[in-house]
Amino acid sequence: MDLTFTEEEEAFRREVRTWIQDAMPEDMRARAEGAGGFTPEDSANWHRILYKKGWVAPHWPKEVGGTGWDAARRFIFNEEMELSGAPQLSVFGLSMVGPLIISFGTDEQKKRFLPKILSAEEFWCQGYSEPGSGSDLASLRTTAEDAGDHLIVNGQKTWTSYAQYSDWIFCLVRTDPSAKKQAGITFVLIDLRSPGIEVKPMLTLGHTPAFCDTFFDNVKVPKQNVVGGINQGWTMAKALLGHERTMLAMIGPSRNVLQKVKRMAATKTVNGRPMLEDPVWRAKIARLEMRFRAHLMVSYRALADQQKGKLPGPESSILKLVGTKLIQELTELAMEVMGEGSLTWHNEGVCPPIEESIGPYFCYERAATIYGGSNEIQRNVIAKMILQLPSS
Amino acid sequence: MDFELNQDQEMLAKTVADFAKNESPVERFRKLRDDDVGWDAGVWRKMGELGWIGVPFAESVGGFGGSFVECALVLENLAPTLVPEPYLASVVLGGMTLARAGNAAQHDTYLTPMIEGETTLALAHSEAQSRYDVSSVETRATPDGSGGYKLSGEKVWVLNGHHADHLIVSANAPGGVTLFVVPRETEGVNVTVAKTIDGQKAAFIKLDDVRISDEARLGEEGSGAAVLDRTMDYAAAAAVAESVGIATTMLHMTVEYLGTREQFGVKIGSFQALQHRAVDMYAETELLRSISMASTVRADEDDPSVRRGDISAAKYQLATGGIWVAQQSLQLHGGIGVTDEHDIGLYFKRMYALNALFGDQEHHVARFASDAAFAEAPA
Repeated sequence: MDLTFTEEEEAFRREVRTWIQDAMPEDMRARAEGAGGFTPEDSANWHRILYKKGWVAPHWPKEVGGTGWDAARRFIFNEEMELSGAPQLSVFGLSMVGPLIISFGTDEQKKRFLPKILSAEEFWCQGYSEPGSGSDLASLRTTAEDAGDHLIVNGQKTWTSYAQYSDWIFCLVRTDPSAKKQAGITFVLIDLRSPGIEVKPMLTLGHTPAFCDTFFDNVKVPKQNVVGGINQGWTMAKALLGHERTMLAMIGPSRNVLQKVKRMAATKTVNGRPMLEDPVWRAKIARLEMRFRAHLMVSYRALADQQKGKLPGPESSILKLVGTKLIQELTELAMEVMGEGSLTWHNEGVCPPIEESIGPYFCYERAATIYGGSNEIQRNVIAKMILQLPSS
Repeated sequence: MDFELNQDQEMLAKTVADFAKNESPVERFRKLRDDDVGWDAGVWRKMGELGWIGVPFAESVGGFGGSFVECALVLENLAPTLVPEPYLASVVLGGMTLARAGNAAQHDTYLTPMIEGETTLALAHSEAQSRYDVSSVETRATPDGSGGYKLSGEKVWVLNGHHADHLIVSANAPGGVTLFVVPRETEGVNVTVAKTIDGQKAAFIKLDDVRISDEARLGEEGSGAAVLDRTMDYAAAAAVAESVGIATTMLHMTVEYLGTREQFGVKIGSFQALQHRAVDMYAETELLRSISMASTVRADEDDPSVRRGDISAAKYQLATGGIWVAQQSLQLHGGIGVTDEHDIGLYFKRMYALNALFGDQEHHVARFASDAAFAEAPA
């Protein structure tokens, strides 16, 4: 057992850190060190900067645009990105549909889609949930009828986050209404500029733009946009879920909020001294930081497995469960530290920037325990797959 | 970054686990609960012969020059059947203290025989008022004018203190908190056996003008608190390692019970409320296992700023997650879990004992929060 990174890995860390400092535009860095709260345009800009460096998709195979780094270097890179406070990149192309196309796409699909995901010429969003299909995703009712060389898609997708900024959407649609629920579903890529598509944005609880409803009215989709074959969508969805697991551990965001908590606690006073020197508040913060350390070690174990070319062990299944709860507790603590300052609501220029971002983020991350398979659904899956408890 | 055990460590873990399962099942623990000593000298000797006692000690004193990881592995794998031999008390508390504080002659006299399984040690550091503060010592070491000392005072909850051959005693000498090694059979050492909640034994020890020579002193006067502080880190990491074995066993027993017990005509493990509880138990157990790995590796680290954080975080996870697993496994067993007849309660009580030793939740939260690094560096 060894908890340290090698000398070469540490040198790599320094290289990444220095590069990020130099590469980040002045205004972006100012915000990264303060409030955060980046817009989708900020994220796209940062994406392009990383693309130019060749570092936008370290987790992709080298031949399609990856960096060729091993798991440890990828981990270090992610850590440094998160610590720098840089905008998060849109995950839908880089971490979801991209890897799926790499694994299951045709050569043509790879050529057509992957380069534009890398270059930020095309952004993606996800079309899974429907108004009537949340946790019971396989009950989805958006249909895709066979019309020769193309499909005709009709229906409504919801929680299609960032669809208003996106060019493409990957969808699960029903191609065989007579088959058993999971068996008649197809994974398909749809151009959001196709006639018959309407995107209706809706504000999140944090009053930030993210969520959308997306409507499909007789939308023509070429059959070459099907990934994995007709009626193979459920297999695709499950494969994609595997990619999400470690992403939803929230290691970076948790670390980031913890830093903000401490920074704020150093500037506010209680009983005449900084909160950060008050034993009660120190203990409150320490409890969550210790919890974070245990959670971090679970994710390190998954990393060490990957580094050895093995699948992460069963313990990685708890990463989403623990990580999403933790980020909620941390944002809640940040609100507590702010005290009455937590009342602030989008008052740019009135309150300290660091404080302005907390409330909306706190509200938004209430979604963390819901998206990516609600934590209740995660528990159902772990109970069955790992603990092998009897089904009802 | 590597969380895997090497081949020798794998082998050690397996040998210990097999021994626990085959030669010291829980029934053995139940029998020895009622025994005056509570453990068996023959089994202890065997542990010495197998080399388990020597794993963390240098070869020069008869050990195997391993790391604390091996020591933690032994504890984790003895835990599933509650093997009662005093490994934690003698190897971790007594042995690690003696190894750090003693000179070659003292190692030769007290440590090597222990490593061979011929003797056992106990650490007498706690006092009625001290709780987890190792420097709160009212026991006095008064110089007798001819190089020796007279020890007077009272020690409490000395693990294995009722039967250890040698006690390591902390006392206040003119130069500050100092450690002494005292044979239990010395005149003036009065031992009262105290049963502990987990079916083991400890001792209350009254020292009544106990005369000892200068050779009994471990290190310089005043060096004791720092040594004990370090021992407490080893002990906390050891308790956490053992708690991993306890929690894992409780989780397995509970999942098995959920899969066999029927009510309302179905297996109770098919109820979602209970499934979700079991999954949360699994999560807490894996968090405990993961941070235990970190604390075990850190325990050998000399730099306290690197060592202490993960050890406190691990002991905190025992106090929160580990205790919660213990509570829930009892709850999910229903009425049978609250009987002495069922084993689940034995593990429950051991978890509480481990929680109470070497710093509780508040102690480790406060320690973690008072580290200079906590306020200065980003998390």
